[in-house]
Order: sequence, then C-alpha cells, then structure tokens
Amino acid sequence: MNLLGLLISSIFVNNIVFMRFLGCCPFLGVSGKLETAKGMGLAVVFVITFSSVMTWLAYNFLLAPLGLDYLYTLAFILIIAALVQFVEIVMKKMMPALYKSLGIFLPLITTNCAVLGVAVINMNEKYDLLTAVVNAFGTAVGYMLAIVMMAGIREKIELNASMPRCMRGLPIALITAGLMSIAFMGFSGLVK
Amino acid sequence: MGNPLKTIVNGLLAENPIFVLVLGMCPTIAVTSSAMNGLSMGLAATAVLIGSNAAISALRRVIPDEIRIPSFIVVIAGFVTVLQLIIAAYFPTLDKALGIFIPLIVVNCIILARAEAFASKNGVFASACDGLGMGLGFTLALILIGAIRELIGAGAVFGVQVFAPDFYQPALLAILAPGGFITLGVLMAVMHQLKIRKELKSRAPLAESTYDGWAELGSCSGCALAGACRKTECAVKKDGEGK
Repeated sequence: MNLLGLLISSIFVNNIVFMRFLGCCPFLGVSGKLETAKGMGLAVVFVITFSSVMTWLAYNFLLAPLGLDYLYTLAFILIIAALVQFVEIVMKKMMPALYKSLGIFLPLITTNCAVLGVAVINMNEKYDLLTAVVNAFGTAVGYMLAIVMMAGIREKIELNASMPRCMRGLPIALITAGLMSIAFMGFSGLVK
Repeated sequence: MGNPLKTIVNGLLAENPIFVLVLGMCPTIAVTSSAMNGLSMGLAATAVLIGSNAAISALRRVIPDEIRIPSFIVVIAGFVTVLQLIIAAYFPTLDKALGIFIPLIVVNCIILARAEAFASKNGVFASACDGLGMGLGFTLALILIGAIRELIGAGAVFGVQVFAPDFYQPALLAILAPGGFITLGVLMAVMHQLKIRKELKSRAPLAESTYDGWAELGSCSGCALAGACRKTECAVKKDGEGK
C-alpha cells in the first residue's frame, strides 16, 4: 500500500473512533465545546505522532533484539507516560503559548487508549518507521476530525430544549456517534 | 471493613461501572458484537481488576503519593501482560476475537479508576472483593449489550439461533460498528429514565425532574484522572465546559 493511500485509509476508512472504537472516553467527555475539542485534537496529533516514533524505535532496537517483545504492553505504556510528561515540561519552558492551549489536555492523553492502540497496531502490522509515522499521523488526524465534528454537532443539540430528558447527555451523544459511524462506513472500499 | 458480599453486589448493581459510573467505553462498544465476546472480555478484565486491586492495595503504603498514577499503571500493565500470555497460550481463538483489546485493558478507565478510588484506600481483601464486584458488573453489562446486538444482528444469543431465519431477517447493522454506539445509547437512555422515575417518585407529584444529562456528561465524575488532576478542579472542564 502506498503512503498516500495509507494516510487516507487511516483518516477515513479506518477512522480510529468510528471504526476501531479507540479513544471513546475523551471523545464523549471532551467534545462539549468546539474550542476544547480542537485543543484536545491537536494535543492528540502531537502525542500520537511522537509516541509512534519512540515506541517503534524501542520495539525494533531494544525489545525485539533482546527477545523481550512480550513485554511490549508494559514498555509502550511507560514510554507514552514518560513522553507525555517530557512534552509537558518542554512545552511549558519553550512554548508557553502552545502550552497554554494544549497543556491542560496532556495528562488526560496518557490514558487515552488511542495512543497505545496506534503503537500496538504499528507493531502488529510490522510497519517500517516511515509507514508507522504516516499511519500514526493519519490516525491522529482522523481522531481530531471525529472529535471536532462531534463538538460542532453537540453545540447545536445541547440547545434543543424539547429533547426528552432521558435522552439528554450520553444517550444522544452515543446515538449521534452511531449515525456518524454509519456515514463513515461509506468510505469503506475507498482505498484498496 | 464492610461486608465483603456488599462490596461485590455494590459493583454489580449500585455502582455498575458501565451504566452508572460510565467508565471503559471503548471495549464496551468494540467487543460486544456477540454475547460470547462480551463474556470473554468481561472475564479478562475481571481477572486483571482483582489482581491489580489486590496488589495496589498491598503496596498502598509503599507507593509515594506523587508518582502513584505511573506506579498503578505499571502494576496494571504487569497483570495485563501475564493475562495476555495466558490467553495466547491456552485460548488462541479468543486471542484472535479480542485482538488489540487485550493489551488495551491497561488503559481501560475502570481499572485505573478503581485503583485510585478504592484500592489505594482500602485493605487487600476488600479491594479484591471490589475488583470482583466491579469486574462482574462490567461482564454483566457486556453480556447484556452483546446479547442484544447479537439478537438483532444475527437472530441468535451465544451462537444459539433464537429466531428462525424465515421468521426474522437479521439487521446486520447491529453487529457492525454503528450498532455498538446506538445500542449503548438506547440502553443509557433507559437507565436515565429509571433514574428520573426514581427521583420523581420521591418528590411531589407532577413536579418536573431536574435531571440534566448534559451537565453529567460534562462533569468529571466519569474521568479516571479526576482525583489525580493537579488542580483542585479538573482543568479541562473548568476551562472549556464549565457551566
């Protein structure tokens, strides 16, 4: 598969939220306001792309040669947690403006299963470094797309006062996500 | 310590991790395309929950408060790795069906949330009971969702044909991706309705319910890191979604 095809497939065809169901908790929890959703999406793009490089290097140069590949879950989650801390510290010092908009989301990202999920997918598919980074970037952009669209829709439906009380909040958010997921099924078969 | 049986039942019903605490959405939606998958995922998570709760509770006086979240994650990841190897060795079909969601048990919010909310404050036995109760509550919810989706999507439950094919044409959508979101959404609406009815019963007749699902979704209650957020209030919600 060429890289452009992989990029499109990881954004749309295999959208991480709608088709792979990863990162649902923040997708439902942090999609109340468009601004917050954008910030969260950007932070996820940042962390996923970086962590995919680090986990790829750790797996291929450390775990696999030493025969410790069964420890990947433990190693990946430690790398991700350390990376998130590191990014937070560096960003605070070097880019205070960016930190102000993205910093608050960083602690939340450690337990976002999309980050670990991408690292595991890259490993299972045995991608080389460039392919892994393209896949990670595309997946993260797909995540941002999903959370921003959801926030846009939620800003409108929260204003609907005639909605039955029992449907407010999580139920209608889940059903909206289901309908969006049906729309995303339309992309299947786009990339061979 | 309270009655251990009470702790277990508490996780099953009053504090059901999916329907009441709303934790661990990803595996809930992803692996429930059949009742059997739901059952196996639930049992896997239960095993990890019991082990990690007991271990974290035993270590709770040793782990410094500042680095407790990373320490919890390492303990949980250790148990998940053990489980992963056992499943891969003895249940290869299960390994194939659940796939990537077995390693992802590490980041399942339920496990970290219970470590933070219960195991770090209670004794080993109570924490193991809490893990068992929460795990069984999770399993029960997954079986329920899986059974509904399998019934609508394939006309069967646990692989046993319930509706004859000439009587019922299965709606495949229910076991595909969107079906997971929609089934869980409808079940959540039913849970909300029960909550609202209970609230109205306790108050004057004809009073309007004050229940607000949007505020609930925007609050920190479902966030495993709520207690660990460095600010007193969860910064994300305060900044963006405060109402």
